[in-house]
Amino acid sequence: MELNQVMFFLLSGLILIFSVLSITSRRILRAAVYLLTVLLATSGLYFLLNYEFMAAVQLTLYAGGIVVLIIFSILLTSHISHKFEQPAIANVLVGGITGLVGCGVAIWSILEFPFTPTTQPALDVNMQQIGMHLMNTGHLGYALPFEVISVLLLAAMISAIIIAKKGN
Amino acid sequence: MNFSIYDFTSFTKWIDNALNSSMSPGWAILVELVIIGIVFIAFYAVIGLYLVLAERKVCALIQNRLGPNRVGPIGMFQTIADLIKLLMKELIEIKHADKFLFNLAPFIVIIASFMAIAALPFAKGLHAIDLNIGIFYLFAVSSLGVIGILLSGWSSNSKYSLIGAIRSGAQVVSYELSVGLALLSVVIFSGTMQLSGIVESQANGWWIIKGHIPAIISFLIFLVASTAETNRGPFDLAEAESELTAGFHTEYSGIKFAFFFLAEYMNMFIVAAIAATVFLGGWMPFHIQGWEGMNNVMDYIPPFIWFFGKTIFVILVMMWFKWTFPRLRIDQLLTLEWKYLLPINLMNIVLIAFIVLMGWYIK
Repeated sequence: MELNQVMFFLLSGLILIFSVLSITSRRILRAAVYLLTVLLATSGLYFLLNYEFMAAVQLTLYAGGIVVLIIFSILLTSHISHKFEQPAIANVLVGGITGLVGCGVAIWSILEFPFTPTTQPALDVNMQQIGMHLMNTGHLGYALPFEVISVLLLAAMISAIIIAKKGN
Repeated sequence: MNFSIYDFTSFTKWIDNALNSSMSPGWAILVELVIIGIVFIAFYAVIGLYLVLAERKVCALIQNRLGPNRVGPIGMFQTIADLIKLLMKELIEIKHADKFLFNLAPFIVIIASFMAIAALPFAKGLHAIDLNIGIFYLFAVSSLGVIGILLSGWSSNSKYSLIGAIRSGAQVVSYELSVGLALLSVVIFSGTMQLSGIVESQANGWWIIKGHIPAIISFLIFLVASTAETNRGPFDLAEAESELTAGFHTEYSGIKFAFFFLAEYMNMFIVAAIAATVFLGGWMPFHIQGWEGMNNVMDYIPPFIWFFGKTIFVILVMMWFKWTFPRLRIDQLLTLEWKYLLPINLMNIVLIAFIVLMGWYIK
């Protein structure tokens, strides 16, 4: 087996195991740490594909941003002795069935998609091109979605400040 | 310019070819990984030990004392003795702690700093991995260490640790912004995020000289923000000993405490190395365009002397900060970042974009 394949199976195995652990753990901070492992292994997959930009985005946004926020809010709200109770049987059943159906649809669509192996050499991910496309208004330009998202984020930030300031 | 006298590319290529000719490519990569790992672990240990000694000596100099002076000549082996003591100390187990997370936390802190060190260029060709998004990668992995600090604070089940961890989290999350934006200024100047590319772009002068006023502003902001991001004094209120005993690592003992301690010093080394690489030219010798004679003389000084010289200079400045300024309060700390550094930084970025657009810098 090639080293690439070994790494792929290692990383996918980590993702699978820790995804299951993060939803079955009864301790909330441990669940957050398992989620962190899943996100790190995903960025490892991007590194394996030589798509370093996406890997670093995954590390900054998910591992360094969102997980830190999750852990921070757990630190402020939950005590170490707190453990979640077992969920009701009906919830487990409904959740399990939904998960299995979603999994089935995803696997089916992946297997049905006609992947054609390419013989062309891998292209270098050029940061300048990504930047040009992000700010481009013409063909293949992402200027409008970029600006819309920034307006959305601004609105979210202002509303967060208003909620935090409530009472004064 | 003539860099060929100290080019390590042929040396690393030679090792690679020798390994590939004697075994299968898969094994060759594994052996290379092990070699690089051992080199970095040894490097890590030596740098960590001697930074602790340097800190104590600098502190002693500033406070008009002698500092460590008993073990070895002028106290050279003091930190090695300290390390042996730490290795032999008992590891205290806490009954009501979350043991899994408690034991995991020091490793997360260490691994985060280990990931960052892989991307640093020590000389031409002496570079573990040259990612085309080098700066962004450093920024990404440096944000992982705080997770270890938060986990250690919570899982110790102690009020001091928890308060220390929350302070540290608030501090790192805020100052990360300024660090990122300050690095972005040099990315705008050089037009690349690849660290080797940034160093090459400084062959005719370092960015702090070529980029004049805005680059100096960025450098100063980077120094302040990275001192805060590594939890060092005067921003060390996460482990303010007068109020929190030792902050997030209060409950740790022996080698687990040593991990936090070592990671703190290595993080200082890493941010100093980033500052040296991005603003002060990294391993690039001091060149002035047109003065060929002086440039050739400068080329004879080996690149790792340039790299470590600049890094040590930045480290000494950071130590000087720590032993000169009093510790900030948490509200002062957050005011400094959100009301001063961040607006200045954003205006500086706009200014730099304008300067680059008009070409008002030394090309």
